[in-house]
Amino acid sequence: MSVLYIVVPLALLVVGAAVAAFVWAADRGQFDDLDTPAVRMLHDDEERNPPTDAPPPHDYPE
Amino acid sequence: MAYADRAALTPDAAAPRAQVRVPCTHCGLAVPAGLVAPGAARQFCCTGCRTAYDILHEHGLDQYYRLGARRAEAVTPTGRTYEEFDHDAFRALYVRARGDGLAQVDLYLEGVHCASCVWLVERVPLLLPGVAAAELEIRRSLARVIWDPTAVPLSRVARMLDSLGYPPHPFRGVQRDAIRRREDRAMLARIGVAGAIAGNIMLAAFALYAGWLGGMEHEWQLFFRWVSLVLVTPALFSPGRVFFAGAWAALRARTLHMDVPIALGLAVGYVQGAVNTVRDAGPIYFDGLALLIFLLLVGRYLQQRGQRAAADGAELLYSLTPSTARVAGDDGRVRELPAEALLPGMTLDVRPGETLAADGVVTRGRSQLDAALLTGESHPVTVDEGAAVYAGTVNLSSPLRVRVEQAGESSRVAKILRQVDESARRRAPVVETANRMAAWFVAAVLLLAAVTLALWEIRDPARAVDNAISLLIVTCPCALALSTPLAVSMAIGRAARAGIFIKGGDVVETLARPGLLLLDKTGTITEGRTALVQWSGDDGVRPLVLALEADSTHPIAAGFRAAWPEVAPARAETTVHVVGGGVRGRVDGHDVVVGSPRFVRAQLPPPAAAPALPEPEARLTPVLVAVDGRVVAAAGFGDPVRAGAADAVCALRERGWSVRVLSGDAPAVVRDVARALAIPEADAAGSASPEDKLRAVEQARNGRPVVMVGDGVNDAAAMAAASVGVGVHGGAEACLATADVYLTEPGLAPLVRLVGGAERTMRVIRRNLVFSLLYNLAGAGLAMTGAINPLVAALMMPASSLTVVISSWQARTFGRSAQ
Repeated sequence: MSVLYIVVPLALLVVGAAVAAFVWAADRGQFDDLDTPAVRMLHDDEERNPPTDAPPPHDYPE
Repeated sequence: MAYADRAALTPDAAAPRAQVRVPCTHCGLAVPAGLVAPGAARQFCCTGCRTAYDILHEHGLDQYYRLGARRAEAVTPTGRTYEEFDHDAFRALYVRARGDGLAQVDLYLEGVHCASCVWLVERVPLLLPGVAAAELEIRRSLARVIWDPTAVPLSRVARMLDSLGYPPHPFRGVQRDAIRRREDRAMLARIGVAGAIAGNIMLAAFALYAGWLGGMEHEWQLFFRWVSLVLVTPALFSPGRVFFAGAWAALRARTLHMDVPIALGLAVGYVQGAVNTVRDAGPIYFDGLALLIFLLLVGRYLQQRGQRAAADGAELLYSLTPSTARVAGDDGRVRELPAEALLPGMTLDVRPGETLAADGVVTRGRSQLDAALLTGESHPVTVDEGAAVYAGTVNLSSPLRVRVEQAGESSRVAKILRQVDESARRRAPVVETANRMAAWFVAAVLLLAAVTLALWEIRDPARAVDNAISLLIVTCPCALALSTPLAVSMAIGRAARAGIFIKGGDVVETLARPGLLLLDKTGTITEGRTALVQWSGDDGVRPLVLALEADSTHPIAAGFRAAWPEVAPARAETTVHVVGGGVRGRVDGHDVVVGSPRFVRAQLPPPAAAPALPEPEARLTPVLVAVDGRVVAAAGFGDPVRAGAADAVCALRERGWSVRVLSGDAPAVVRDVARALAIPEADAAGSASPEDKLRAVEQARNGRPVVMVGDGVNDAAAMAAASVGVGVHGGAEACLATADVYLTEPGLAPLVRLVGGAERTMRVIRRNLVFSLLYNLAGAGLAMTGAINPLVAALMMPASSLTVVISSWQARTFGRSAQ
């Protein structure tokens, strides 16, 4: 049972590290916007098709 | 009948109504009948959509059209140059230089709705070389653009966003936003720390409880008690510090705030637990304390988030106010300048449809202005050379030159806004029920502790101190402190989903008691726009009328267009607009005149045949239509009362509210509207200036809540002075910024939902308070009789909180289902 004297402080160190990581992430703004990333990840997997060489079919304002 | 065959002459009117629906390639909406290109693979509903398609296609971004849900809205670019985005004054205000030579700006985009908007906006770097990154925050429609100012000017980025259908505006709240962001992050970090500590103390506590029931070596008991003490100390001094700070502030202000009993409970529990740990006897309360800190912080975070969402909404809308004006220089050149850079003496060039950016005097031109925003008057005002005009009014019919007299802070709008600020500050803060109760609560607990101490001193002096302290700990008002913020934050969250944005918890409490409701007329009860209310005459002339009115920004023209969206206009050969009169021209070989009766009759040949048409009602603005010298149709324009307004007023009355109308419009019009809502004439006041409205609110406030509902700058001061100001959909940004509640749906129906939801929320709060008081009474009783032990105390604390959480969670406060 005396292993607890080592394991419990060790566990507390791990908790400390996890809390530090969370605080670091919160300070860096990782939790500022919780809505957009959920949408953004749906879009990232496809490449764009090769740009067309043909001139644009209509004029558009620059 | 000369017009019996009119329909046959105009092909669109004769065409069958039921046409095959052709979807627009870009936005997916139906392409109007007149614009369908026969046989073409790609169809566009407007040039805006066509341009957007071309841009995407040229850059190989056709993938956009394979996205699941696309924005179903026609692209309507403003076509502005956005020159002011490159101006020095603009740069100083909104652009931030980054270390790597790039610049960064936050832009508020109109028209952001769904996932496809994120895709499109974030691909702007592919469309414009020189833009390093564009990130869109969808909840607030805020785009952060990072670009290289030497490679591409910001105005070009703005034009690109504009032609994709997202007109950008500078975000005017960067500084406040940064402060809030810091607060939010600190709050989140505190919750994280408190949560981790609470979870781990629970583990130690479970070991101790298991040992307490099943036997545990004394050595390990001691060990886990010390572990708990080591764990709880940072929770108390880092995240728990906010409660001590709050209690200290309250004591210094000589008030009793909810933080006072919390801090007292935390401090007494911690000290007693630490003493018990050191002397190795008696209960420790660390698990309960850690959980308490965690739950209270979560409650506060929820409350704060709900209020933030509403405040953000108002701030973003504030970003929409005109940021530029076109200034005509001495050399005759017209430049666009940021509104902040305007100075008295400058000459503004104001085109039809534009909003004035400063107060001044008309130096050239004659036009009509819509001053509804400022005065509430629904009819346009005609202005001539020498007339004084004010910022915030909209130029309707023809170009004007205006010499600036007052700009920025000294303009009339700015003065009204300052008044708003002052009334808001004068308003006495509403003391929330829970905080009022806290004072009594602290007094009762301290009294009971003293009684316990005295009684046990007589019976068993050895246990007197112990029992008094357990009383203080077990009555720590966890549930009491949680009950109001939880119920209110849940209600605010649900209300936001139902389109009602509430900015503060006190609003809910105020609205739960019936009082006096003051309604603005223009835009609140009525639709706030000129609409075709009556039409009598030949329907066949409708394409001809639309042809003349096609390009005009005049409200009558817009009214015609809005009334007949399904009619395709004919082609006008010539059009002549006459200010203050109407419009005449040649359409399909006919001479057509549309305008005021005087103007139309003046255009007709002398034997002007009196039209055998019913005259429009007196309150409406009459418009006649003449074709080839004969009056063929009469139209009446007015500001129609919104559908459901009368029902809503009736429902509010049933709930005990007295309803009055307070408007800046002409008394006759106001009386008319009041009659439509079954409001007695005595309760409908017209011709009220913004200052009159403010006075009316201040006079009405004697004890009972006064709620002001409005949409214009002219209502803003009154709204700020009222107990609760409610801004309705489509209102002026300044008014929305001062409103305590913002309704995203037009009309008065959401008002009924708001009042009903507030009543239900108050019932939940009361129920929660009763629950937590019962728990505390039971706990106090147990402690006073000396029957309390650590297990009971440990179970009672979270159990009472849990009851409150469940009670708030399942309550149906706001929402479409709850009526």
